[in-house]
Amino acid sequence: MTLTQKLFAPGWYRAALGTLFGFAFGMAIVVVVRSLYGWDPVVDWNAIITVGALIGAPLGYLVGIGCFDYWFRWASGAPTIPEDHSGHGAYSWKDYFRVNTDHKVIGIQYIVTTMFFFIAGGLMAMLMRAELAQPGTQFVDPNTFNGLFSVHASIMIFLFIIPVFAGIANYVIPLMIGAPDMAFPRLNALSFWMLPIGGVMMLCSYFAEGGAFATGWTAYAPLSTETPLGQQFFTIGVQFAGASSIATALNFLVTIITMRAPGMTFWRMPLLVWANFTTSLLVVIATPFIAGSQFMVLLDRTLGTQFFDPAANGDVLMYQHVFWFYSHPAVYIMMLPGFGIISEVISTHARKPVFGYRMMAFSLVAIVILGFTVWAHHMFVSGMQSWLRIPMMITTMLIAVPTGIKIFSWLATLWRGVIHLRTPLLFALGFITMFTLGGISGIMLAVVPFDIYVSDTYFIVAHIHYVLFGGSVFTIFAGLYHWFPKMTGRMYDETLGRIHFWMSFIFFNLTFGPMHLVGIDGMPRRVADYAEQYATWNAIISISAFIFGLSFLIFLYNMVTSWRHGPAAPGNPWRAHSIEWQVSSPPPVFNFDEIPTVVGGPYEYGVPGAVHAVFKEEKPAAVPAPAGGGGAPPPTNT
Amino acid sequence: MSERDPAAGSTGGPPEEDPRIAGERHPVAKMIGIGIVASLVGIAIALIIPWFPVSAAKSADKIDTVYDVLLICSVPIFVLVMTVAIYSVWRFRARPGDMRDGAPIHGNTRLEIIWVTIPFLMVTALAIYGWVTLDDLEAKQPNELIVNVTGRQFTWSFEYPAQKVEANELVLPKDRPVEFRIHTKDVIHSFWVPEFRLKSDAVPGLTTKIRLTPDRVGNYEVVCAELCGLGHSTMRQFVRVLPADDFDRWAQRQTEEGQGGAPSGESGEGGGAQGGAGGGATAAQGEQIFTAQGCGSCHTLAAANASGTVGPDLGKLKNANAGFVRQSIVDPSAEVEQGFPDGVMPSDFRSKLSPEELNALVKYLLESQE
Repeated sequence: MTLTQKLFAPGWYRAALGTLFGFAFGMAIVVVVRSLYGWDPVVDWNAIITVGALIGAPLGYLVGIGCFDYWFRWASGAPTIPEDHSGHGAYSWKDYFRVNTDHKVIGIQYIVTTMFFFIAGGLMAMLMRAELAQPGTQFVDPNTFNGLFSVHASIMIFLFIIPVFAGIANYVIPLMIGAPDMAFPRLNALSFWMLPIGGVMMLCSYFAEGGAFATGWTAYAPLSTETPLGQQFFTIGVQFAGASSIATALNFLVTIITMRAPGMTFWRMPLLVWANFTTSLLVVIATPFIAGSQFMVLLDRTLGTQFFDPAANGDVLMYQHVFWFYSHPAVYIMMLPGFGIISEVISTHARKPVFGYRMMAFSLVAIVILGFTVWAHHMFVSGMQSWLRIPMMITTMLIAVPTGIKIFSWLATLWRGVIHLRTPLLFALGFITMFTLGGISGIMLAVVPFDIYVSDTYFIVAHIHYVLFGGSVFTIFAGLYHWFPKMTGRMYDETLGRIHFWMSFIFFNLTFGPMHLVGIDGMPRRVADYAEQYATWNAIISISAFIFGLSFLIFLYNMVTSWRHGPAAPGNPWRAHSIEWQVSSPPPVFNFDEIPTVVGGPYEYGVPGAVHAVFKEEKPAAVPAPAGGGGAPPPTNT
Repeated sequence: MSERDPAAGSTGGPPEEDPRIAGERHPVAKMIGIGIVASLVGIAIALIIPWFPVSAAKSADKIDTVYDVLLICSVPIFVLVMTVAIYSVWRFRARPGDMRDGAPIHGNTRLEIIWVTIPFLMVTALAIYGWVTLDDLEAKQPNELIVNVTGRQFTWSFEYPAQKVEANELVLPKDRPVEFRIHTKDVIHSFWVPEFRLKSDAVPGLTTKIRLTPDRVGNYEVVCAELCGLGHSTMRQFVRVLPADDFDRWAQRQTEEGQGGAPSGESGEGGGAQGGAGGGATAAQGEQIFTAQGCGSCHTLAAANASGTVGPDLGKLKNANAGFVRQSIVDPSAEVEQGFPDGVMPSDFRSKLSPEELNALVKYLLESQE
């Protein structure tokens, strides 16, 4: 291809061109509008960066890389090919770097991209712990420090935990329900390509005049409406990550509702499918609220609206209500998919049916419903109406009931199983114990008098990391090890996996455990400097944090070398029953040569002759590879 | 329940007996025994740990008790989870080459009802206890001392309306109920004295309140607990709890000083008195203003023992002339020192300081150059 052709074909060349055009277009809008109004200066770089670099350029890049080609062709009346598979599947590593409609490719794209951001966020945490290792200022000034914890949290939440779950689910869910792909493959691709925009923006905010956004990931107004330009990188970055998240959730909902294999009733769905179904409900309903809150901040900052300006009858507390109406459900968005993974991992590696399957599904639904009624427990000291604290305390504590059902049911699943203590199960066990601790401190925080004392202290930092690291991230590790053979066709190194688990488990506790102590002792969070009395614990925390950080390198080494040189994985190394394990590893490009028929529950371990799904040609259960051949759909009820 | 995986090869035996725990009598009873012992040890350790800073208010003891109750309820739950998890892994771990499946147990309605009901009752009881305690903490007290607390980037100031005193430090009488009315001049702050346990955000456009009764004489820190910008971690002030007589004397002295033209007031009558006294602006007055306005929480000034790093070092001004210093105080954005962000320093000193106070402050700063 000549360069001219490359510039017109979807891909990175056209993406670069699109980015430039987008920026120029945004810049032109700013300059034209400012000169029409006669504002001085006409060339205002703050406004140009907002409109050109943060809005125009990313949209130009999305068009350039080719996310919209098919839709543009269709919208303009040009001929389209309904069964266009030109952008489907990966045949070389280069296929991972273009717009691809294969859910398996998109899944890998998500996981690898989010791992990159996980490393970036982790390095920021290391830098923070270096600064906090002793009192005083050593490495970074207060402004940079405030930027570090703000970007760290935003990256970890919006660019790691939420999307890595979307990545795992993208890979596994269609296979699990016996579908050839997601319901909207092109929307799926667009969702993925929007994601890195948000992350790159947040990272780039360090280069903005005045430094990175430094108002925490919560970005409370009116601080966020007054701080320098870097804040805009957050308010707009969140829009891209949020749009990506909403589109993916819609895709999951439609896929799960309409594309299950014949015979797969709701009560035969694996719990990971249930978990992603409920999570997607949360995302679709709640995420528009954070988009709204950030749009209001953006408009206050750029157009001079007065949503949060009390001098103009703006309402400061409104920001917190709208923000937390998303951001509390968001912790369940970051937890429910993990619950699903744990159910799969424990049942498979302990060779037992999930205890109380229906209650496990109902408890997910209960968490979704209750999850929308507790947001103001983040605001017990915010000065909101005082009566509102009581109902929010009660609903918050009630969430312990469905969560308790899950913990106890997992324990009962372990009881009398045949427990294969492989890495995924180790992480699952680590999750159960650590998440129990996070849940207990959560109950404590729900009790208003205690919360009044510890809110905004390190106790909160400890709690959130027990829930999001000991909880979510451990489930992510469990899931990645569990499905690694399926995704890559190779086995990971079990010994390295175990070392990774024990190192991260021990140093996770040494890092975040003591934070409970310093928090209750009165150390506030989000401070670049602290009183001498907390020095000893902070030194211990920092040293543990560095070793904890190093443990991730073992994981990384294991993943990379196993992916390249690991022993080939069989189709079903764990002898699991669910459908994704009945095809080859990695699965064929279109998943199934023939759609399977589901004839029973997904976890019938130990039940003689039980089968979850059958393929037409070979009736017996564990089919190591996809059955070939076409023909009429098989009769149900074998 | 009674069905056994044929692959396991085990036949016969009562349904409850897994061959792996067959030799053991009452494995569950044994776990309960271990669990109770572990819980008691855990509770003992949890209660021995000195979690809290000293308690200096009546409310503090109630909150500490809430925490103790929560610990006592939490430890057994954690022990339960750990015991079952560890026991299962220990007892039911697969041996190499073990290809059997576990017992095909799908559920147990009685167990599930139990683990819905007990947590439900527990959290309900805790919620009621929390509610009662909260009402108790926030009940109105007789003879309350009203203190207006005002936060701004990055310092606190305090006003006693009944005593007509304004101060830069918080002084409280022991054993008298206090009602704090909390305001902010700019962004959200959070007023917190760890030794009193209570905190409340200072919210633009609102007045929030907390009530408490200090019951221990001493010096404590007032901490800003809500991220408020660059100087958040330096936003500290002191609170002194004095015996009631000492407090009255302190308030008396403050009132007299206030009428004598000290740099406190912008409120009504006090302000008029100051107008006359301002003629002989001295550097000593400037020093008082520097301290009272909290300049030192952001700026370094060796002469005043201030070591803030948010803004430029005021002892090493590049441009040490009165015009520049005055402009930088009343209009900080006019000329921003290289390496420091714009828009951080409050821009309302023109209205907060009288011209005489401003003169005194400028004079003081010029005299304090190193």
